[in-house]
Amino acid sequence: MMQAAGTETRQRVADVVDAFKGQDGALLLILHGIQDEFGYVPDETVPVVADALNLSRADVHGVITFYHDYRKHPAGRHVLKICRAEACQAMGGEAMVERAMELLGLNFHETSSDNAVTLEPVFCLGLCACAPAAMLDGQLIGRLDEDKLREIVTEVRA
Amino acid sequence: MGLIHEIDFGTPAALSDKTITLTIDGREITVPEGTSVMRASMEAGIQVPKLCATDMVDAFGSCRLCLVEVEGRNGTPASCTTPAAEGMVVHTQTERLKTIRKGVMELYISDHPLDCLTCAANGDCELQDMAGAVGLRDVRYGYEGDNHVRAKQDSGINAKWMPKDESNPYFTYDPAKCIVCSRCVRACQEVQGTFALTIEGRGFDSRVSPSAHELFIDSECVSCGACVQACPTATLTEKSVIAIGQPEHSAVTTCAYCGVGCSFKAEMRGEELIRMVPWKEGQANRGHSCVKGRFAYGYSTHKDRILNPMIREKITDPWREVSWEEALNYTASEFRRLQYQYGRASVGGITSSRCTNEETFLMQKLIRAGFGNNNVDTCARVCHSPTGYGLGQAFGTSAGTQNFDSVEHSDVVVVIGANPTDGHPVFGSRLKKRLRQGAQLIVIDPRRTDLVKSPHIKAAHHLALKPGTNVAVMTALAHVIVTEGLQDEGFIRDRCDWSEFEDWAEFVSEERHSPEATEDYTGVPADEIRRAARLFATGGNGAIYYGLGVTEHSQGSTTVMAIANLAMVTGNIGRPGVGVNPLRGQNNVQGSCDMGSFPHELPGYRHVSDEAARDVFEKMWGVTISSEPGLRIPNMLDAAVEGSFKGLYIQGEDILQSDPDTKHVAAGLAAMECVVVQDLFLNETANYAHVFLPGSTFLEKDGTFTNAERRINRVRKVMTPKNGYADWEVTQNLARAMGLDWEYTHPSEIMDEIAITTPSFAGVNYPYLDQVGSVQWPCNEHFPVGSPIMHVDGFVRGKGKFIRTEYVATDERTGPRFPLLLTTGRILSQYNVGAQTRRTDNVVWHPEDKLEIHPHDAEQRGIHDNDWVKLSSRSGDTTLRATITTRVSPGVVYTTFHHPTTQANVITTDYSDWATNCPEYKVTAVQISPSNGPSDWQVEYDEQARRSRRIAGHLEAAE
Repeated sequence: MMQAAGTETRQRVADVVDAFKGQDGALLLILHGIQDEFGYVPDETVPVVADALNLSRADVHGVITFYHDYRKHPAGRHVLKICRAEACQAMGGEAMVERAMELLGLNFHETSSDNAVTLEPVFCLGLCACAPAAMLDGQLIGRLDEDKLREIVTEVRA
Repeated sequence: MGLIHEIDFGTPAALSDKTITLTIDGREITVPEGTSVMRASMEAGIQVPKLCATDMVDAFGSCRLCLVEVEGRNGTPASCTTPAAEGMVVHTQTERLKTIRKGVMELYISDHPLDCLTCAANGDCELQDMAGAVGLRDVRYGYEGDNHVRAKQDSGINAKWMPKDESNPYFTYDPAKCIVCSRCVRACQEVQGTFALTIEGRGFDSRVSPSAHELFIDSECVSCGACVQACPTATLTEKSVIAIGQPEHSAVTTCAYCGVGCSFKAEMRGEELIRMVPWKEGQANRGHSCVKGRFAYGYSTHKDRILNPMIREKITDPWREVSWEEALNYTASEFRRLQYQYGRASVGGITSSRCTNEETFLMQKLIRAGFGNNNVDTCARVCHSPTGYGLGQAFGTSAGTQNFDSVEHSDVVVVIGANPTDGHPVFGSRLKKRLRQGAQLIVIDPRRTDLVKSPHIKAAHHLALKPGTNVAVMTALAHVIVTEGLQDEGFIRDRCDWSEFEDWAEFVSEERHSPEATEDYTGVPADEIRRAARLFATGGNGAIYYGLGVTEHSQGSTTVMAIANLAMVTGNIGRPGVGVNPLRGQNNVQGSCDMGSFPHELPGYRHVSDEAARDVFEKMWGVTISSEPGLRIPNMLDAAVEGSFKGLYIQGEDILQSDPDTKHVAAGLAAMECVVVQDLFLNETANYAHVFLPGSTFLEKDGTFTNAERRINRVRKVMTPKNGYADWEVTQNLARAMGLDWEYTHPSEIMDEIAITTPSFAGVNYPYLDQVGSVQWPCNEHFPVGSPIMHVDGFVRGKGKFIRTEYVATDERTGPRFPLLLTTGRILSQYNVGAQTRRTDNVVWHPEDKLEIHPHDAEQRGIHDNDWVKLSSRSGDTTLRATITTRVSPGVVYTTFHHPTTQANVITTDYSDWATNCPEYKVTAVQISPSNGPSDWQVEYDEQARRSRRIAGHLEAAE
């Protein structure tokens, strides 16, 4: 059974819902808004959003789970995404993935115990010309190599 | 005999009048425009392999198995999503297609368990069939990689595997067997309209998810079973099939729950019912069902069922099991004795809306010809008698004007005092489908029902009136239409009596009927009424559906007339998409009324004072029929208390639980000398009975039920009556014991007698029903194929009659002692007094009746959610638990009446409809107070019920 949202959560969700409700494609906007507000999309917001848009919980759940960018849990303070699509693989992306895992001590979808960083795969950042590519906290990084990786790790551990 | 196989055309039928011709595998076929290549192909007798397509839902194009080649076009389009075009030349089997299909099947099977021999779907699996059809011999990809099939993988746990969900009592969900064809998700959306299922994740992670990754029982699922029916594998499977195996033969029959009258295939193994599968050709349900019809049949074999006749001298004695002969002879001699001692009119009978037309016809025949009086009544007295009266006055027939298909053509639908998603779920689904296509909805109900707002539907207007003010609201709607000049004058001049219209128009135009003037006591904002009236009058085809929230009032008949007025003034009668449609509560309540169950009417609604009508039956039966109307149920009970009514034969009805003012009913029954109850179970009424005749279920008899759209549907016997006789045989045997020379050998002979004597049934007989499936009365020389829509070219009575509808407030008023208004209703999983559904697993959804109360009223009384509360009225009190909700308005409370321990009718009063005595269940002034347990009456009643259910020689049941 879904857990009911507490009063405070409910109000924060309601504010997000009210901000986007009238717009076309409101569901995606609202889910982004919730993720911005909470850092992830808490399970208990599903019934609130469903009710507001006259959708079923299943409808909302289907959309949330379809998009990998909607989080079920809060991420670390930094999020590092490394591209695993074809162009990046061809340019040595897989080796960069392994190196990053080693340096951070994390597998994909894991967050470090100090909550500093979350490591995630991504499929194409549209930066194939500068493969292998990565993204740190929304900033694109091209021509990823070992040095850049060390730099990133130092930064996120700081 | 054998299993009835229905052809799956893959995509729904196209409705266009224009046809096109194409060639498929060398065969020419002509189909309506808009038909898919897949369906055209199936109509030509060529089955294109498919997995994600089924004709209950729209084409989806995901399984990539139904690909075809079209001459002159590139590629291999999916036949399900490709419309047939004029002159198209299609090939369904080419080398290229065979290779693709085999490859696709290899991918499916590489992630599917290979346990076919022990799988519940063995013998009924489309995946298995397709593997055979494409000639799958080998899976090149192996079975070792990532999969959803095995709990463990490489000696670790397999995170992609999910355990079986067995939380629903009737079916299981085994994600390991799922091929993610989305048929279940689409059936839930398109057919049922609940949207409880989705596909979560994407790509290889895609899974079917009930709500937000919940168990089925916790999800939004209403257990209609459409997903189970749609599933091509064993992913969603009936538990009965898992437990027993595949059925080997089936028969088409009709559901014995609500008045929608869904057609089902009863799938059998020997005499064991494996499952009920909705029949796609059933014209009421079109292949859909609800949780009751599909799953809740377990009562038919429940241990509580009584299988032997029983008698006792006093109701305080234990029951004594006797032979059929002894029971019937005892009954016959008692009834004869009572008539000799107290007069011919001292006995009577009550027919059942749960039994067949044939059984009801025999009951009233026994009373009219055997007892020699007209003391026959039926439970329609307490539900739709105002419909019969009101529509009879306005239109000339006592029935709904449309078929259920009609809703597909409606543009504005008004639902008054009905909760179709709970009470008539299959119609509810059909209505919701139309609403999602853009039709507008006006709900007139004190309570916020699911139709007002639920996923993907929302009523344009919800007129949340105070219980008891229906007439005022309906008249106010008419006021707006007439004063704003929105009436359909052409229709009225042509079809109705103009001077009566003028008189009525003058009446409704009076200022005191305006929404502004009535707002005070109806509680509905004037502006909301004005906008709703304009929408209904100008929004296109307008249809009105109503239920017991209309009829069970002191002004029930008046509201029915007001509904008829509204339909006529807007010209909404006599074509598809419009009309006045009572949603009948019970499977055969329409039929029981048609069959002459009322004390003043012979079969076919002919008054007993009509000499010509009496003459037909008198000649046929060789008796004299009384021209005096007999007693209604409440009159019988009054007469019993007074001492002039002594014997009652009740077939399949539990008047103690279902009729108003339980204490009065109990007193009436207790005053009789011979009460005969014929039922499946020792129901509440049987506590006051002297003879118990075991009844049979709808699975154990042949006959017909007539549903809310006047459709006569066949009921077919699929098992031997466990009690020895079908109910019609019991009545016949009792008639014989009373000296009548009845010799029916099959219900078809009874139907022949009905046809001969009753003009609206003249064309009905079993061979015809077997041929056409079902027919809507009138069916006679004027309407040889029946009448889907009535009053097409004119009203049955000639001119439609406008009747003044003066609002008179009920005598049941709130005051300082009883400040709240109680109204009653139903819930999806339970049915009526619950005698059947309480004896099935449906109790997991509704184990007890609860009282809905608004947070404001609850707080004032210090009541919290789930607290025990005492509910008291002028008639009595009872206790139950509270649910705090804004579904009800402040000042209104609501409960269901499915459980005998609640005894909601201890609370209801004996006020009733002025014309028909239909009780005023929907309005009772009450007070609610905190409580800590059952009331004195409940304790006393339980004890009395326990004592009166003892059977000599049987140990008392432990429960």
